[in-house]
Amino acid sequence: MSNCNCKNFASKLLAWIDERFPLSQVWNEHMAKYYAPKNFNFWYFFGSLALLVLVNQIVTGIWLTMNYKPDANMAFDAVEAIMRDFEWGWLIRYMHSTGASIFFIVIYLHMFRGMMYGSFKKPRELVWLLGMSLYLALMAEAFMGYLLPWGQMSYWGANVIISLFSAIPVIGDDLATWIRGDFLISDVTLNRFFSFHVIAVPLIIVGLVFLHIVALHKVGSNNPDGVEIKKLKDSNGVPLDGIPFHPYYTVKDLFGAVVFVTICAWIIFYSPEMGGYFLEHPNFIPADSLKTPEHIAPVWYFTPFYSILRAIPSKFGGMLAMFAAIFILFFLPWLDRCQVKSIRYRGNIYKIALGLFVVSFVTLGYLGTIPPTPTDSFFGAFFTIVYFGFFLLMPIYTRLEVTKPVPERVVWPLKPLLEREGWHWDLVRKAIATLQSTSWYRQAATIACGYWQNLQAFMKNNKYLRHFL
Amino acid sequence: MKRIIVTCLLLWPLLATAEVGAPPLESPGTDVYDTESLRRGAKFYVDRCLSCHSLKHLRYRRLQQDLEFSEDEMKQLFPSLERIVGTMTTAMDPKDAERWFGVAVPDLSERARALGSDWLYTYLRSFYGDVKRPYGVNNWLFKDVAMPNVLWDLQGEQKAVFKEIDGVTVIAGLEQAKPGKLSPQEFDRAVTDLVNFLDYAAEPAQLERRSLGKYVILFLILFGFVSYRLKKVYWKDVH
Repeated sequence: MSNCNCKNFASKLLAWIDERFPLSQVWNEHMAKYYAPKNFNFWYFFGSLALLVLVNQIVTGIWLTMNYKPDANMAFDAVEAIMRDFEWGWLIRYMHSTGASIFFIVIYLHMFRGMMYGSFKKPRELVWLLGMSLYLALMAEAFMGYLLPWGQMSYWGANVIISLFSAIPVIGDDLATWIRGDFLISDVTLNRFFSFHVIAVPLIIVGLVFLHIVALHKVGSNNPDGVEIKKLKDSNGVPLDGIPFHPYYTVKDLFGAVVFVTICAWIIFYSPEMGGYFLEHPNFIPADSLKTPEHIAPVWYFTPFYSILRAIPSKFGGMLAMFAAIFILFFLPWLDRCQVKSIRYRGNIYKIALGLFVVSFVTLGYLGTIPPTPTDSFFGAFFTIVYFGFFLLMPIYTRLEVTKPVPERVVWPLKPLLEREGWHWDLVRKAIATLQSTSWYRQAATIACGYWQNLQAFMKNNKYLRHFL
Repeated sequence: MKRIIVTCLLLWPLLATAEVGAPPLESPGTDVYDTESLRRGAKFYVDRCLSCHSLKHLRYRRLQQDLEFSEDEMKQLFPSLERIVGTMTTAMDPKDAERWFGVAVPDLSERARALGSDWLYTYLRSFYGDVKRPYGVNNWLFKDVAMPNVLWDLQGEQKAVFKEIDGVTVIAGLEQAKPGKLSPQEFDRAVTDLVNFLDYAAEPAQLERRSLGKYVILFLILFGFVSYRLKKVYWKDVH
């Protein structure tokens, strides 16, 4: 009886709201009746994970701001106080610092997914452009946030990057001074970076995320087959290969989020410095404008571009190359002339090119973290050429591609591992076969099977757990 | 071809550590949950280090709680401390430090984390006699360091053994010249305690962090299992 009353009240409340605000309509358009392709794979987790990390950064950021002091004399000690004196301060700070690095991992994988499956191509060019703008905003956010702990690397990293602007002819020096608000990085710089980091850039990011999702939901999600599911609809106008985002992808993304959070928790609790990559060791020393560290390296997520900067002998040229390396990504939808979206049906030439691009990006990233030597400079220059070659030669080699026929409907909803084609799946199958032939694996498998059967029996007999089988 | 690649990969670490002039870093094998070791390290620190090196981010109250010192023990450890408030600062004026040593003395609650346990452990054991230096000692890891060897009476005196590489004289190793009050094993253990304490002082939260982590991860694994089953149930009808 009471249950019935509740339901009645809820539906009345919803009707009341719907008359004044399109709540049901928004929910249906973006969740319950937003049809996503049913063949999303591992790579499609990173969109929702990026949103999760953004929420984490905002929430932990709010609490950090409560206890932080944007003052050159107090900032370092304020961070130490958060780490030591405030209840759970260390957890909130590590969640924020780990979240920053994880954000870039998630975003790089999200962008790579787009490049693999052609998610930037017509009709999704705007989704890509908005996403790239988000990436730029994220870089600005991370760069300014890194100054706030006021450690040695915060100070000298910001110093190196801002002094780049002074390489611009004529206006350079004045521009750098205008950005810093002083002749060197100082309290003024810290204050304006704080303001940008906690309010200006986050507002832009949240706004762009909104636009990114609205644009995506207008055209619909791409998928690993690169097939437009909206082409084939049933009598109700529902795409044949589409399933409602809610509940199918909400439960799937929930599982992905839990696995992801487990990995993050391991980092936060057991390795928050991540070997000096997430929190650089010199940054535990307060900023000192008179003592330049031996080796200044930005945090790992900027190092590919830092390597490109170092690969060009002139400072101004290096700066242009660095910005070009970022901005060239905006033009991807027009550089790629191939009609086929997914890498599954594209020619070997694109697969090789994309592979080389990944190798060059990772190698440049590694080279950017270590002090330069002549050999490293050679590799830096070489992979800079590979990086730009991938984009600049794209209009030529994508025209020459010999593609495979693209199917009408998605063909790999849940294709078993044994039936998947391609040399990389051959390798995976080989690796699994080798693993399965070891006695260690057989022993572990027998034990695990035993536990699993016991657990299943237990769950079957329990009236609540039964539903999960 | 394969053999060349394998050989190169095997030789890489050798080449990377073959830097001339500094000893390889040694790992002390500390355990931040060994409270006895932390207490010994804390006493050692107060005895030998605190007169110059502050721990300005570490609160006395925090130290007392984490290391389980009684009120009496705290009084013994810090006789001049009237009430257990504030952080472990030092009486030395930074200006005096600059005059006496030529540099400001670093605060170790900050610096210890930047340097790391291995560096500190190797550094403290790498002093050797050098008449050219103002205090008669130099350091193999930190050449021409301003700090005197404050542990000389415990360790004894070490002297450097030199060798020539391409006409440049470098240190090949250190050997005991005069025995100290402690045997080498005892000395290493004392330094391990000290480094353990510094590791703690640089990040006291690690006590809480590491002990809590396993419960969080265990919960997440269980939750992960439930959410996986939930996904399977919902996706039953998708073909």
